[in-house]
Amino acid sequence: MSAVLDHHGDHGHAHDHDHDHGAPHGWRRWLYATNHKDIGTLYLLFSFSMLMVGGVLALAIRAELFQPGLQFVNPQLFNQLTTMHGLIMVFGAIMPAFVGFANWMIPLQIGAADMAFARMNNLSFWLMIPAAITLVSSFFMPGGAPAAGWTLYAPLTLQMGPSMDAGIFAMHILGASSIMGSINIVVTILNMRAPGMTLMKMPLFCWTWLITAYLLIAVMPVLAGAITMTLTDRHFGTSFFNPAGGGDPVMYQHIFWFFGHPEVYIMILPAFGIVSAIIPAFARKRLFGYTSMVYATASIAILSFMVWAHHMFTTGMPVTGQLFFMYATMLIAVPTGVKIFNWIATMWRGSMTFETPMLFAVGFIFVFTMGGFTGLILSVAPVDIQMQDTYYVVAHFHYVLVAGSLYAMFAGVYYWGPKWTGVMYNETRGKIHFWGSLIFFNVTFFPMHFLGLAGMPRRYADYPMQFADFNAIASVGAFGFGLMQVYFFFFVVLPMMRGKGERASAKPWEGAEGLEWEVPSPAPFHTFETPPKLNASATKVIA
Amino acid sequence: MNKMKSFCVKACQAVAGLGLLMFTKLAMAVNDLPGGPAVNQLDFHPAVTKIAEEQAWLHYFTMIICVVIFVGVFGVMFYSILAHRKSKGAKPANFHESTTVEIIWTIVPFIIVIMMALPATKVVVAMKDTSSADLTIKVTGMQWKWGYDYLKGEGEGLGFVSTLDAAQRQMSDAGEPSGDDYLLKVDNPLVVPVDKKVRIITTANDVIHAFAVPSFGIKQDAIPGFVRDTWFRAEKVGDYHGQCQELCGKEHAYMPIHVKVVSQADYTKWVEAQQVAMAAKADDPTKVWELADLTARGEKVYNANCAACHQASGKGAGAVKALDGAAVVLDADKTKEIMVLLNGQNNIMPAWKQLSDTEIAAVITYTKNNWSNKTGQVVQPAEILAARN
Repeated sequence: MSAVLDHHGDHGHAHDHDHDHGAPHGWRRWLYATNHKDIGTLYLLFSFSMLMVGGVLALAIRAELFQPGLQFVNPQLFNQLTTMHGLIMVFGAIMPAFVGFANWMIPLQIGAADMAFARMNNLSFWLMIPAAITLVSSFFMPGGAPAAGWTLYAPLTLQMGPSMDAGIFAMHILGASSIMGSINIVVTILNMRAPGMTLMKMPLFCWTWLITAYLLIAVMPVLAGAITMTLTDRHFGTSFFNPAGGGDPVMYQHIFWFFGHPEVYIMILPAFGIVSAIIPAFARKRLFGYTSMVYATASIAILSFMVWAHHMFTTGMPVTGQLFFMYATMLIAVPTGVKIFNWIATMWRGSMTFETPMLFAVGFIFVFTMGGFTGLILSVAPVDIQMQDTYYVVAHFHYVLVAGSLYAMFAGVYYWGPKWTGVMYNETRGKIHFWGSLIFFNVTFFPMHFLGLAGMPRRYADYPMQFADFNAIASVGAFGFGLMQVYFFFFVVLPMMRGKGERASAKPWEGAEGLEWEVPSPAPFHTFETPPKLNASATKVIA
Repeated sequence: MNKMKSFCVKACQAVAGLGLLMFTKLAMAVNDLPGGPAVNQLDFHPAVTKIAEEQAWLHYFTMIICVVIFVGVFGVMFYSILAHRKSKGAKPANFHESTTVEIIWTIVPFIIVIMMALPATKVVVAMKDTSSADLTIKVTGMQWKWGYDYLKGEGEGLGFVSTLDAAQRQMSDAGEPSGDDYLLKVDNPLVVPVDKKVRIITTANDVIHAFAVPSFGIKQDAIPGFVRDTWFRAEKVGDYHGQCQELCGKEHAYMPIHVKVVSQADYTKWVEAQQVAMAAKADDPTKVWELADLTARGEKVYNANCAACHQASGKGAGAVKALDGAAVVLDADKTKEIMVLLNGQNNIMPAWKQLSDTEIAAVITYTKNNWSNKTGQVVQPAEILAARN
C-alpha cells in the first residue's frame, strides 16, 4: 500500500515513533487530520475534484458555443455556467491545489516536522468543504446559480437571486480558509526551518509561497470587504455600489481588482516555484541566478498592487490614470522576463533528460510565455480598448492559468508524486498526458485570439455566424483537453495512489536536490522530528 | 509595416485555413459583413477612424516586437533542448550566477517596454480628447437595448431606442441562425454624418453595459448613475456594427449596435425627416382645445411644475404669490398671465418657456378655471405661440 492511502506497516524505523502520537486510522485519520502530508493529500484531491466540476461546466459552455444559435442551454443558464466555471476554477481548483503542494512540500523542503499550526491547518481544509458544497449547490437554488460573471460586478449582482448570497457566503469561508492557510505557511517558513536552512538557501518553491502567502493575507480581506458591501447593498439598504442610492459601481471594480490582480500572481507565483525546482533537476545543473529569482518574485508581488486598473481601461478613466496603469503593467514584463531568462540559462549547457515533469516544465515556460506576451499587448491601453471583454482576453488568461498554473501543477505531481506515493508513474502515460494536453490546449485557446481580434465579446451565449468555425475548433479542443485530464486521473494518479508501479527510491531523479529527497519514498508519516543537521548548501542531511 | 502586416495575415490565414478544412462541412453559408465581422477574420476590423488605424498599428508594432523576442528566446531554448541532452553525452556546466548578465537582461527589456509605451502614450492622449465635437449623442444602455439622444449639433432633440430585430432572437432560440447580419440587425440604427467629430456620452439605466464599435476603435462602458464619454470621426460612409461588451444579464448577447455613417447631405435629409416624424407625434400647437380637456391636461402640468411653490390649493406660501383669486389670473387680458409664464417675475417666479405651447396654454387655462377662479376663459396653444414671437 502506498503512502497516500495507508502509511502504516510500510516503513520500519519511522513506524516506531508513530504509535506515540496515536496516529488515527480510517475516517478519523482524515477528518481529524493534523499531519501536513495528509492535509496536503486532502487539498490535492479536493482541488482535483473541483477541477473536474469546473471542467464539466467549461465543456457545457463549449458545447453550447460549438455552433451559433442556442442548442443546449438558455442565455441565463449560460451566464451561470461561465460565472461558476470561473469561481470554481479560481477558488476551488487552483488556489487549494497550491496550498496542497505547500502542505506537502514546505515542511519537507525546510526540514520541519510539520506545519506550525497543525490544528488550524485541519480547520482551513475542512472549511472548504461546506463552502464548496454551498457554491456548487447554488445551481439548485431558486433562480439558479449567480450569473454576474466571476468578477461579480455591481450593480448586476444586485439583480441576482438568493444564490448570490450563498455564493458570497461561500467566498467568505474560502477567504477565511485561505488566510489561515497563508498564516500557517508564513509562520512555518519563518520559524520552523532546520538549523542552517537560511532564507537565501531555501528552495524557490518556499520563497514563492512565502511571498504568495503575504499577498493572500493582504488581499483576501479586500475581497471580503467588496462582497460584504455587495451583501449589505442587496439586503440592508446601503448604497455602496448601487447607483440608485448614489453608490458607485466603478468603485466596486477598483476594490475587486485591487484584490483581483494580486490574485492573478497568487495563482502563478507558486507555479514559478515548482518550475524552478524541476528545471535544474532535469538539467542536472544548479538554478541560474537564484538571488535574482527571489528579487524578481518580490518585485512582481509589489508591482501587482499597482496595476489593478488595467482591467478597467474602458470604464472611462482619466488620461493620467490610463497612462499610469499602462506603464506600471508594462513594467511587470521586466521581472517576469528575468525569470524566463534564468530558466533558460539553467537549461543552457546542462545535461538534460525529458521525463514528464521536465516536459511539463518546459511546456509551461513555452506556452506561459505566449500568455505573458499577449498580456503585454493587452497592457497597451489603446489596443486594450479593442480587446477588452473579447475572446482575446479569454485566450490570454487561459494561457497563463491553464498552460501556466495547471501545467506547473502537473509537473509538480509527476515530480513529487513518487515521494508522496512511493511508486513511479508510468512514463509513457505521462508523455501521452503531456502531448495530448499541449496539443488540445492550443487547439482550444489559440483560435480564441482571432475571435477576440475580430471583436467577439466574451460571455456571449450566441454569436454572429462569421465566428462559427473558430468556435467549433475551440469546442473540439476543449473536449479533447477534458478527456486528457480524465485519462490523467485514471491512468496516472489512481495507479500511483494504489501503489501500482515501480517502487520509487528516496531520490528517483538523478539531478534533484533538496531535503525532500533525503527522506524515504513514500515519505514516512513523520519526518524530521528532530531538526536535521544540514550541509553547507542546506540540500543534504549529514546527521 | 504594411508588408510585415500582410505577411503576418497571410501566414495566419494559411495555418488557420489548414485547420478549417476539417470544418468546412460544418460551416453554414455565410459571407463577410461589411463594417461587421468577416468570416474567420484574423485581425481587427478595417479601420474607419484615425484612432482605429493607430490602434491597429500599435497592435502590429507590439506584436511584432513580442514575436521577435519570442522566436529569439525560444530559439535559444530549443537549441539548448536539442544540443544539451544527456543522451548526446552533454556534461553539465558549472555556472549558475552572473550579475552582469542579470543586469543586462533587466535593462534591455526595460528599454524595450519604454519603446512600446511611447507611441501608445500619444494615442491614449488623442483617444481621450473629446473636446470641440460637431455632434454630441447620449447613449443610454438599458436591459437590453440602446437609447440614443442627440444632445448637441445638427439633429439636436432627436431621440429613439434601438433594439435587436425580433426575428433574430427567435432564430437564436430555435437554434437556426441565418443571415450575414445574424444578431447584428437592429430596428433603428444610430445615424451620424461622415467626417464629423461625434462625441458619445454614455450612461445606463440599470446595470453596466459597454458601447463598442470595433471599426471606429471605440469601447466605452455605460455606467448607471455616471456619464462617461468617447469620440470618433468616421472617414467612410457605410454601416458599422458592434455589440454590448460588458456582461449585463440574460440578454447580453442580444443588444447589438448599428451605426450608419452617411454623407452630410443625407444626414441633413435624415434629420429633417426625423424632426417631421417627431413633430407629428408631439402636440400640434394649432389644435383648438375644449375647456374640459385643457384643464384636465393643465392639472397634470400644474402638479408637475407649479404645485411645489404655489401649493395644490393655489394659495402660495411666503414670497410665493397665491393664484387663487389673483388679479393677474382673473384679468380678462390673457396676455398678462402668459407673459408671466414665459418671462418669469420678480426673480421669484422663474420663466417656463421650456414647456411646450400646449402645456403652457393648458396650465394657464387650469389656473383660470380652478379653485375659486371661474373665469371661463380658454387659452389656446396658438396664443402662446403668438406671444412667444
